[in-house]
Amino acid sequence: MKIDLTDTTASKINKALVKGRRAIGTPAVGMVLTMVIVTDEENAYDSIKAAEEASHEHPSRTLVVIKRHARTPRERTQSRLDAEVRVGSEAGTGETVILRTYGEVSDHADSVVLPLLLPDAPVVVWWPVDAPQNPSKDPLGALAQRRITDLYAVENPIEALRSRIRSYAPGDTDLAWTRLTPWRSMLAAALDQARVPIVSGAVEAEAENPAAELLARWLEARLNVTIDRVVTAGPVVTAVRLGTAGGDIVIDRPEGPLATLSLPGQPPRTLALKVRTTSELIAEELRRLDADEMYAVALRGEGTKETPSHV
Amino acid sequence: MSTIPVWDNPLRDPRDRRLPRIAGPSGLVIFGVTGDLSRKKLMPAVYDLANRGLLPPGFSLLGFARRDWEDEDFAEIVHDAVREHARTPFREEVWQQLAEGMRFIPGDFDDDDAFKQLKTAVEELDAARGTGGNFAFYLSVPPKFFPKVAEQLKKHGLAKAPEGSWRRAVIEKPFGHDLASARDLNAVVHDVFDPDQVFRIDHYLGKETVQNILALRFANTMFEPIWNRSFVDHVQITMAEDIGIGGRAGYYDGIGSARDVIQNHLLQLMALTAMEEPASFDAASLLTEKLKVLKAVKLPDDLGDHTVRAQYAAAWQGGEKVRGYLEEEGIDPASTTDTYAAVKLNVDNRRWAGVPFYLRTGKRLGRRVTEIAVVFQRAPHSPFDSTATEELGQNAIVIRVQPDEGITVRFGSKVPGTSMEIRDVTMDFAYGESFTESSPEAYERLILDVLLGDANLFPRHQEVEESWKILDPIEEYWAAHGKTAQYASGSWGPEEADEMLARDGRSWRRP
Repeated sequence: MKIDLTDTTASKINKALVKGRRAIGTPAVGMVLTMVIVTDEENAYDSIKAAEEASHEHPSRTLVVIKRHARTPRERTQSRLDAEVRVGSEAGTGETVILRTYGEVSDHADSVVLPLLLPDAPVVVWWPVDAPQNPSKDPLGALAQRRITDLYAVENPIEALRSRIRSYAPGDTDLAWTRLTPWRSMLAAALDQARVPIVSGAVEAEAENPAAELLARWLEARLNVTIDRVVTAGPVVTAVRLGTAGGDIVIDRPEGPLATLSLPGQPPRTLALKVRTTSELIAEELRRLDADEMYAVALRGEGTKETPSHV
Repeated sequence: MSTIPVWDNPLRDPRDRRLPRIAGPSGLVIFGVTGDLSRKKLMPAVYDLANRGLLPPGFSLLGFARRDWEDEDFAEIVHDAVREHARTPFREEVWQQLAEGMRFIPGDFDDDDAFKQLKTAVEELDAARGTGGNFAFYLSVPPKFFPKVAEQLKKHGLAKAPEGSWRRAVIEKPFGHDLASARDLNAVVHDVFDPDQVFRIDHYLGKETVQNILALRFANTMFEPIWNRSFVDHVQITMAEDIGIGGRAGYYDGIGSARDVIQNHLLQLMALTAMEEPASFDAASLLTEKLKVLKAVKLPDDLGDHTVRAQYAAAWQGGEKVRGYLEEEGIDPASTTDTYAAVKLNVDNRRWAGVPFYLRTGKRLGRRVTEIAVVFQRAPHSPFDSTATEELGQNAIVIRVQPDEGITVRFGSKVPGTSMEIRDVTMDFAYGESFTESSPEAYERLILDVLLGDANLFPRHQEVEESWKILDPIEEYWAAHGKTAQYASGSWGPEEADEMLARDGRSWRRP
């Protein structure tokens, strides 16, 4: 069911949530986290859809914060909060509240979000576009254990990557990094089989691809060799070559979901390496909500020899 | 454990928790690949694992059966099985990756040529797909063929792992029909494979909820303090099926529900519910604790009063008229085989002395359900008068194993209104609610564990033998005394079972 609230407050929204839940007959649901999506009107639809699909694996309360821009100076001075509360079948397996802020309240969106967070449950903030310069210092970002940005959605990814390195705080993560998991697990599996030291390497990808840069940095950090960046026509990452004394280990994905793995002295074999949808990426992000230390290693591109804190 | 030389993969790091537990280079050989289990469970599970990216790049699947097939025919059969039964969506690219490594060996278990072919195929896969000599042999065949297959594997040098690799055997229940036959079977298999490399599948242990019993008990603080004789009144473990024996008359008659279910599934569930905290979460520590509990199990003195066996009788079940057990095709009308069994067991240790464990299982019961109910004692003193608590039952924690996996807590709550009236309410945790789609099938988990060599979720031969020691005296008593009771299909069992609990002043939960 859907409840529309115009010029409202967080406490009225909370009441509407309870009312909605009562109406559909599920007074308590086992939601495991609160997901805050900060976006603009243009990207809201796709982001909400991805979050709802991901909520099949992680039932959650989704709070969508959309900043509206008033067109006239007079409207700009007025502050207003509109909300759309969706519960039941219209909100995946959880609850969705779409918050539209006008005027001054836009700068204080955290005051609206804070009372709507699920008790005790972890908070995740996702900026599908326009992530702040310093996610952990952002008022909404500060509420969250996990902050998801996307280097694919910025004008100049390599520049943005540098800024992420400077502002990194535990809990930061980026979908460009998430996209690499299948590549990384296949490379690790290939090395499980090859069992030889790597002496050189190259990542081949389209120009200015932030995931390729992260992959190269991760490989450099882990393997202690220089990784060449080779520009190809794409799409995205097309190949990784790791040189060994006996020949190259190559995962080659010229196009489509099928890649080829070649190991020295063995015939090539086929691998499934699909480009995943945003909802699959978000679902992976939500599986672990603690700091992703390996992302930090990849960002910095250097091996950290310090002992991991949790061991 | 086998000696695999240590190789530190620089791309792996314990901090890198995104990288999944991918099985190392390996292959799976399925004997009896044309069977139901193989088509409905094993092949789809292999595909689902591949689809989730958990199989190594060169993973190979070999089928062995008495069919005149080529590799392509086999791939076709697997394709159909996957299409029909896999949990995850069908993806062409995953299929292609998997199909490249499929081989089929036609032949009988007596056929030396077929096993020679198998050996050649294994060697060919090692060279062509980098399986590294690591193979698991899944014996999806009736137990009477185990000795033959094991002997052939040994004879053709397939069971012996080359240096630095492993060979494992996977076997399904029944693990014998009494202690003596279980020991014979173990001797046969262990003669060929190292006991640590034999994986016995009890698919119940692959279920999320069953693994969650340990998490619930040992990762939390709020349950363990009351998990003992000071607070628990009794424990009921139920596994009910709504189906009859179907086409399994040949296998089922003479075996019965106690051997089929209590000996393995229910005693395993009981061991997990009752065991002490293991020193760590590894196979050896778990085995130690489970064995301790199983060894502490004591049968009631009077087996006649505290065990019940019964057969389903013709009746209406769920709107359908069904036949009784004795009228099933292929069943001797004078058969005494049990399709329902209930037993009372005591655990003689400090934690559980005086707390009975009631185990029951049956076919053609009300509905399909498996659950563990820990029923607590009543509050020793109640400040409320008896009319206020008239409708209050005993507190309970119910672990729902299937279907609708989850946990229910039952406790009393005040009924809204002006008078003080307390009634039972339940608090529910459903897997399907908090973690909706991530629960893998039991077989997926178990096959992956076999390939990884992780034996946590597999009963060891000591447990199997210990379980038979518990059940054998009951079966002997049944064979010598009394007759098999009857219960209407679609009911919750015979009156005798209700009487059995009534004697102790208790009653069965309706699951």
